[in-house]
Amino acid sequence: MISIRTLTSTTILGLMLSAPTLAADTHPVTNEELAEEQVFVYRVGDEFASIDPQLAEDVQGGEFIRDLFEGLMNQDADGNLVPGVATHFEANADNTVYTFHLRDNAKWSDGKPVTAADFEYSWKRLADPATASPYSWFAEEMGIVNIKEVMAGDVDPSELGVKALDDLTLEVRLENSMGHFPLMTTSEPTFPSPRWAVEAHGDDWTKPENIVSNGAYILTERVPQERSVRERNPLYWDNQNTILERVEALVISDDNAALTRYLADELDRTEVPTGQFNALSEKHPEEAVSFPRLCAYYYFINMTDNTHPALLDPRVREALYLAIDRDVITNAILQGGEFPAYSFTPEATANFVSPANPAKDMTQAERDERAAALLAEAGFDGSEIELDLLYNTSESHKKIAIIVSQMWKQKLGVETVLQNMEWKTFLEARSNQEFDIGRAGWCGPYNLASSFLDLMSSTHAYNDAGFANAEVDQLLDEAKVSADPSANFTRIEEILTTEYPIIPIYHYAGVYMMDDTLRNWPVNNVEQKWYSRELYFAAE
Amino acid sequence: MTAFIIKRLLSAIPTLLILIIFSFLLMHSAPGGPFSSDRPLPPEVLANIEAKYHLDDPLPLQIWNYVVGVVTQFDFGPSFQYKDRTVNEIIGQGFPVTLTYGTISFVVAVVFGCALGMMAALKQNTWLDYLAVGISIGAQVLPNFVMAPILVLIFTLWLGWLPGGGWNGGAWPYLIMPVIALSTSFMASIARIMRSSLLEVMHSNFIRTARAKGLPSRDILFQHALKPAMLPVISYLGPTFVIMITGSVVIDLYFTTGGIGQAFVNSALNRDYSVMMGITILVGCLTIFFNLIVDILYAWIDPKIKL
Repeated sequence: MISIRTLTSTTILGLMLSAPTLAADTHPVTNEELAEEQVFVYRVGDEFASIDPQLAEDVQGGEFIRDLFEGLMNQDADGNLVPGVATHFEANADNTVYTFHLRDNAKWSDGKPVTAADFEYSWKRLADPATASPYSWFAEEMGIVNIKEVMAGDVDPSELGVKALDDLTLEVRLENSMGHFPLMTTSEPTFPSPRWAVEAHGDDWTKPENIVSNGAYILTERVPQERSVRERNPLYWDNQNTILERVEALVISDDNAALTRYLADELDRTEVPTGQFNALSEKHPEEAVSFPRLCAYYYFINMTDNTHPALLDPRVREALYLAIDRDVITNAILQGGEFPAYSFTPEATANFVSPANPAKDMTQAERDERAAALLAEAGFDGSEIELDLLYNTSESHKKIAIIVSQMWKQKLGVETVLQNMEWKTFLEARSNQEFDIGRAGWCGPYNLASSFLDLMSSTHAYNDAGFANAEVDQLLDEAKVSADPSANFTRIEEILTTEYPIIPIYHYAGVYMMDDTLRNWPVNNVEQKWYSRELYFAAE
Repeated sequence: MTAFIIKRLLSAIPTLLILIIFSFLLMHSAPGGPFSSDRPLPPEVLANIEAKYHLDDPLPLQIWNYVVGVVTQFDFGPSFQYKDRTVNEIIGQGFPVTLTYGTISFVVAVVFGCALGMMAALKQNTWLDYLAVGISIGAQVLPNFVMAPILVLIFTLWLGWLPGGGWNGGAWPYLIMPVIALSTSFMASIARIMRSSLLEVMHSNFIRTARAKGLPSRDILFQHALKPAMLPVISYLGPTFVIMITGSVVIDLYFTTGGIGQAFVNSALNRDYSVMMGITILVGCLTIFFNLIVDILYAWIDPKIKL
């Protein structure tokens, strides 16, 4: 039995006790003087495709949904579970049945109470083939009873293993034991949708004039490709503790244009263009921030029949792995505080113990020497190997591809042909295995090693490189039902550094310019699940 | 004249049909589809989505249904990318934006371009000519993707006079930089065409005759020279106007105006078939329409041309 009630942080308690004083201009917890204007304006690189919780799939849509809607659980600034619409939950002994208890004061923006039936409806909607959600794979990962059958259309959505026992109790039955299930309820696809609004307006229900939501903010204005505005929701159950009045997202595609507008004080937050972090942090030390993200940048090696024969030898793959000087890439090209990666799973991942990896502790000269020796041992002359390196159009992918190809050429004599493709063409080439080595980036959908290592399963949809290892598959299957799978993950990483199906290059950092009076940005939340209601501006 | 216009409008129908079929085929032959993504969808989900948007129908049937929908209900379909928006809404929101700054830029480009060109031609080989040619070459070699960041640097970052982007319903401070960035290179082209065309006319026999007759130079210019000199400019202006009101990707992208140019490029990159088709048809119709206008203007200016 786990109870989340005990996890309720003292911060929240503190906020509640001192709520009446909020009208004053100081922060209830830190006593910091608050800025008069509490308006947060940030840049998004692209318009969100949808803010329907069950249909949204992009990051910018997720940021909206976390403000407009509230799921069963939330994350705090460090990524720990804290209550959302649910105050607490319990699980049965083998973690296959979860019961969530909902608070009785949660309301929709039209005044209706938020009930367990809303969650039941939304989860069934997510799985329903008629919804045709591009994010329904997430539902599959949730492992709810009958989910695969429902998604395939073999079983009616009403048979899904989720049920509102009464207005405030939601029961979820899982196919297999899953200890991290509650963590998944902080992900946007599990957030509730208002059935009556969806049924009344169809696809148009997410427009500002129709939307009904249950989060701390409501959508008040949307000018596609320009800006969207959300304002505080007076009916939100914890509205008294919200400080930011208004949040504006401006769509600015160009990194440099966004930076200029940030510097002209039109924005409170923007991404730092590749390679400019050092210069900016020297000039604006208070505003340039960098922190670890749960994302990996890597090359994957084609191990199907349609590959360069040399790549089928693990020694050649290891040589390629070793010959890349990652420090040059992170320090000279990216310059944003990114971390050289020798394992796939980022070190920042919760409960992840990375295995001993001799390559990581070597100097680059030692790595290079070993790489050359391995190639010779495998019986290959580098100059006879010519590899196709596939990547999608982007300035920084190009820079990295060029420098990696130079490193392989100089140290191993291996020739590389760079294949730059536009995104959709790239995806097509990748899924048809028309490459020797391909670029990939992956952000874990939740803070567990499995959100990375699942990709190494022989059946994973993202596994275009044809890597299949029976032991890895078995370890992953075991991990799904194990109470503490961290040993399995360590072992899988160990296998990855003997088989080398992928070449990790770096782990991402969140690199931002952020107004120096903006407080509470959750830099320690590696998934970067931020909630506007936690943010505020301090007086200058 | 009326018969000519009707004939031209009727001939637009097969042209548009060919445009639709050709674009449809080209679009579908591009690798990937609207729902191919980084994380490939499970086959059953993909099948559901494709069924929802009728992408599983045979291609000829898709084209037929599309044309029927457009003709009978003026329905260009839903966007594949933006779940709560239709193509009509996307065009309805983006086109007025592009039309506004495009038209203003067009007027600016024509007025300043013609003035520069005339000044250069009339004062040929004087400092005024060199100045006008200098300005137009300068404007020509500064493409808008260079112009836009420079303008923002000067007027937003250094001087702080103008907002660095956005549209805000078309309020004037938001219009200035997009208009300057968009109009300059067109202005330069117009000036060069105007200059050479006016020079040629000014050296022709009928102008010499007018001079010999003792007509004042002002009358020669405005009554006799300008009209024929405008012909090449006008044939340039027709397609230019369409380009300016539909396709300023750089302006949309850099100034975040929310115009249709960016929507078009995004739709191509995302394989948002219906949006791509909708904008293609819009641009096609506008091109046909303004070519017709140009032809009518020709007949009005040049009595030798009979419609």
